[in-house]
Amino acid sequence: MNLEAPITPDIIRDHGLSAEEYQRLCESLGRTPNIVELGIVSVMWSEHCSYKSSRIHLRELPTSGPRVLQGPGENAGVVDIGDGLAVCFKMESHNHPSFIEPYQGAATGVGGILRDIFTMGARPFACLNSLRFGNPQHPKTKHLVRGVVAGIGGYGNPMGIPTVGGEVAFDDCYNGNILVNAFTIGLLRADRIFRGAAAGKGNPVIYIGSKTGRDGIHGATMASDAFDATIEERRPTVQVGDPFTEKKLLEACLELMAGDCLVGIQDMGAAGLTCSSFEMADRAGMGMVLDLDRVPRREEGMTPYDVMLSESQERMLLVVQSGREAEVRTICDKWDIDMAVVGYVTDDGRVRVLDKGETVVDMPVAPIAGDAPLYNRPASPSPELTQLHQFDPQALPLPRDLNDVLMKLMSSPNLACKSWVWEQYDHMVMTNTVVRPGADAAILRVKGTKKGIALTSDCNSRFCFLDPYLGAMLAVAEAARNISACGGEPLAVTDCLNFGNPERPEVMWQFQQAVAGMAEACRQFHTPIVSGNVSFYNETDGVGIYPTPTIAMVGLVPDLDRIATPWWKDAGDVILLLGRNELELGGSEYLKQIHGQVKGTLPHLNMERELAVQRACRIGITRGVVKSAHDCSEGGLAVTLAECSLMRRQGLLGATVELSDDLRPDALFFGEAASRIVLSVAPASVDLMVTIAKEEGAPVAVIGKVGGRSLVMNNGIQVDLADLHDAWTTALPKLFS
Amino acid sequence: MKFGIVVFPGSNCDADCHHVVTHVLGCEAVALWHKETSLQGCDCVILPGGYSHADYLRCGAMAAFSPIMTAVKGHAAAGGLVFGICNGFQILTEAGLLPGVLMRNTSIRHICRDVTLRVNSNQTRFTRLFRAGEVLTMPIAHNEGNYFVERRQLVKLEEQGQILLRYCAPDGELTEDANPNGSLVAIAGIVNEQGNVCGMMPHPERCSEAIFGNRDGKKMFESML
Repeated sequence: MNLEAPITPDIIRDHGLSAEEYQRLCESLGRTPNIVELGIVSVMWSEHCSYKSSRIHLRELPTSGPRVLQGPGENAGVVDIGDGLAVCFKMESHNHPSFIEPYQGAATGVGGILRDIFTMGARPFACLNSLRFGNPQHPKTKHLVRGVVAGIGGYGNPMGIPTVGGEVAFDDCYNGNILVNAFTIGLLRADRIFRGAAAGKGNPVIYIGSKTGRDGIHGATMASDAFDATIEERRPTVQVGDPFTEKKLLEACLELMAGDCLVGIQDMGAAGLTCSSFEMADRAGMGMVLDLDRVPRREEGMTPYDVMLSESQERMLLVVQSGREAEVRTICDKWDIDMAVVGYVTDDGRVRVLDKGETVVDMPVAPIAGDAPLYNRPASPSPELTQLHQFDPQALPLPRDLNDVLMKLMSSPNLACKSWVWEQYDHMVMTNTVVRPGADAAILRVKGTKKGIALTSDCNSRFCFLDPYLGAMLAVAEAARNISACGGEPLAVTDCLNFGNPERPEVMWQFQQAVAGMAEACRQFHTPIVSGNVSFYNETDGVGIYPTPTIAMVGLVPDLDRIATPWWKDAGDVILLLGRNELELGGSEYLKQIHGQVKGTLPHLNMERELAVQRACRIGITRGVVKSAHDCSEGGLAVTLAECSLMRRQGLLGATVELSDDLRPDALFFGEAASRIVLSVAPASVDLMVTIAKEEGAPVAVIGKVGGRSLVMNNGIQVDLADLHDAWTTALPKLFS
Repeated sequence: MKFGIVVFPGSNCDADCHHVVTHVLGCEAVALWHKETSLQGCDCVILPGGYSHADYLRCGAMAAFSPIMTAVKGHAAAGGLVFGICNGFQILTEAGLLPGVLMRNTSIRHICRDVTLRVNSNQTRFTRLFRAGEVLTMPIAHNEGNYFVERRQLVKLEEQGQILLRYCAPDGELTEDANPNGSLVAIAGIVNEQGNVCGMMPHPERCSEAIFGNRDGKKMFESML
């Protein structure tokens, strides 16, 4: 490889750098870069790695709190759960690669987020996935759904980490850009957190894991670009996953961490050896020398450019106390993984890379890693929004047969039962899954304690399209409601912010608004955002996705004997509604599925009421009053009640409900007013539950009774549960099997 | 009673089995690394679920040649208990300790869910606490659980009461819908001729505690004590 070759404007453009960015690079080097250095900077300053368009806004997010042990900036966030224990979690996107190659894209997305968690010293104990696909009728959708779901299972299952929940939704806006957001949570001792800092001059830098190949070169740059007709040519930028090596790497790392020789550790994810070396040196304010001749390689003839930019999976970079290399060697030998001392820590604040004795990279760390360009891009709302908000629900024709509407909604891909998806994931391995996928939140036990961890992910992107600020607030509120509905205390949040091209002002405006909405809601719920990820350029041929700020929330269940699940328990139990029904149809699933419209203003969010409803629900559960609790969201009250009847594993159990609200029946049954939870309690507990709700200031009403084989609502709905169950459970297999 | 739980690279249910043996049964358990050659005096060897050696070639094919398997075979020949769950069952067939083979599920998808099982024979060390014909609920989680064995061998299995568990409907009926993976005559678990080596696809360790609302698995472990 010719390091003397001049860097032409074409080469600079191919590396995704603007003229200003190139100028900035030359200034910080005091000379022009060679091709390897340019390659390094192109990934370090890519949107994916540098957050150059988002950083300025992310500063608004609340990131600290009494339980936060590690906020954003490390591989993942860490939150104290008491008993000397902590949980470590993060969510990350793998959207672009999953669209190009669904199985490997999704699989390596899972692999990457798992490494982020065990890098911190935590043993991963659960995964979630938030997936968005295009219209099920679109020619690519079936292939993408099958590939992504198989890929998630194909990596998570062999790892032995249960995938316990998440979301799957479909919309035309994702036809050209699917979303694959992977979340992992791990458990660790609160006083044993490992971080990615290359401290201690002279300490060896050690490479462990898979060999380096030519796969995934410029993956991070690919993920920072929009798609067009040449997308198939990008397949080689997608990495290939090997869960078997990752499983061995996980066990080897945790064994290593049980000792005391490790100084710092970071996974080689996006931008591989480049990102890990620069970031580790930057965090410690140190430098590093790397000798590429020592890097284990999969093939001959790799150039320094290839080695530095490879995104081969299942690799870790460690800094170990000098003289203790043998301890690392012993453990790696046991697990049959490669180990090589590839360099050492320096105190000159520079990364120097040697190849066959020649210096091929000599760059200052801080300007490349810490002071990447920062943009405050122009933002303004799309003018079409005002028009979309013009909507009068009273002018909407009322469907003649509301039973038919309910059947249609329950069998629509967004509301249909997702068991076809989660049955392909091992969701029980590790024997902690107390509440399985399909409920409002999954609940995992923490062995050796009475505690549980509740997990959910939420985002209604149609809401966020119509109003990104309120849409993001509603996503946080729904996530918290899901946690509360199972008896958990909302603890903290990680996010995955999926947007279009930030260079377009209307996208930047969506981003800014969504971040502001999330920040406000998270402050109100006292749920700091401890980690997260931004994915821009989810756009094909100039058409972007709906803004999709996925919220993954972690809750703490103080006592696993006091939890609630959504399904009815016994005939004769009384059904209560916490919260209030409203005339709110804007942005609803009903409006989209039945009337084919995406418009209106969103359900309003009265924070005081929201908090009161959640508090009342949690108190009802901890006092043992509540027998079932289910959040009311997409599809409205009718869909919520139907789910309570259909989710039971012990057979179907119906309900008869009489609502006295003075609302049009479609708004009453299918409207998506926020801050509502449906409860069932034993007849003798009704008064106590009503008292609890009143004490907490939550609106409450007795609305019906559990029992029978059908769902009956006022004189508008009467459907047989067996028919409903069939429609609900067969919809996805019919589409995708 | 002392249990040994073999850990192959890629095993992922070893810790779950260890938890049940020690915390639920109150017995002693040791982890046996696949490169070891001694069973450390264990009375019962568990081959746990997982993806040993990444299921390379065929599920269980590599693990069957791990150094520890020589000791496991010796233990089985001497009448000691060997219990293979999921990947452990696949390893036992590859090692020749149990007849038959586990092929890809007919749906060609991974399946993780509760299934109902009928106790076909309760005259074994692994099922003696159940009633014959009793219907159990246990989770499965596998890609390759589709059991097959050639005709003559099947007749032998049936005649000698070696079929322990069969997939069934909740009422105990053997229906096509109740067979999740296409197994021959809905076989979910078998024992060897001597009755001391058992392999099964369902996961008893995942339903051994009250917190999961199902302790059918615990009874299976207790049968061995």
